[in-house]
Amino acid sequence: MTAQTTPGHGAPVDETDAHTWTGRARRWLLRKLPPDKLLPEDQPSFVASWAYVFGMGAIGSLLWIIVSGIVLGLNGPQWYHVSSLGSFVNSTHLWSVELFFIFMVVHLWLKFWMAAWRGGRLLTWITGVISFVVSIVAAFTGYLLQTNFDSQWIAFEAKDALNAVGVGAWFNVANVGQLFTWHVTLLPVAVGAVVVLHVLLVRVHGVAPPLEAAESDAQLLHNRPGATEPPEPAEPPEATEPRGTVQ
Amino acid sequence: MAGCLVAGAVSVGAGTYFGWDGFTIQSGNLIVIVVMIILFVLALVLPFPGGKRRK
Repeated sequence: MTAQTTPGHGAPVDETDAHTWTGRARRWLLRKLPPDKLLPEDQPSFVASWAYVFGMGAIGSLLWIIVSGIVLGLNGPQWYHVSSLGSFVNSTHLWSVELFFIFMVVHLWLKFWMAAWRGGRLLTWITGVISFVVSIVAAFTGYLLQTNFDSQWIAFEAKDALNAVGVGAWFNVANVGQLFTWHVTLLPVAVGAVVVLHVLLVRVHGVAPPLEAAESDAQLLHNRPGATEPPEPAEPPEATEPRGTVQ
Repeated sequence: MAGCLVAGAVSVGAGTYFGWDGFTIQSGNLIVIVVMIILFVLALVLPFPGGKRRK
């Protein structure tokens, strides 16, 4: 790739001239995820299906989980247990988690039956699996922070299992302070980071085409990297990778 | 503090359970699973609005 950039002094520099790690990193990033792939204006026509909306539904739910969680954390348990507004926000936090998991599981089912790991998308699939697992742990710590008898029951049911697998000393479900840290800092950051990586990988490889889309499909062939720019010997173009321009 | 304890206590409920031949499931969990299956099927069969105009 020979994209031209304009540094501060205004002289264009060929990207192949990059000789520092920052320059090489920029060149690598631009090659992997050029701006038109990062923020595309169009998608292939097969994306116009309900099967392609549940991932975005999960992200929308996650955004409200984060916003309502910040409000809950800043006001504290006495607010969200006692006041009407606090109880309402607490409930929206719970129900957005329910929607997050519902959308994520339907997204998982649809992508599983679509074999969405095809066309070099294995890492996209794996980051989706990791985000699912980390989200379960995050939701579990949330149920433990209800600070009611339900959370006590869940904690002491889980305690034996966590001790049995040897993590009870570091992940102590009977320690509310430690769980609060897990729930409001470490796990949200982990979920957010994995979800961002998942979305970026979707942008890099394009959305997975349906099984019916043959490799001779005009949309897939026309939009392959090799169709718009010289192929790179180190990375053969992926047969089923769509890059949408069809409206 | 007493308010917190009361608020915590009232949220505890026995729940409604369904069972068939040794299999038991709580109503909330069953509803969520059924909703997910319905959404999965609808996503496959319902036409997407505006999809016909695309080619």
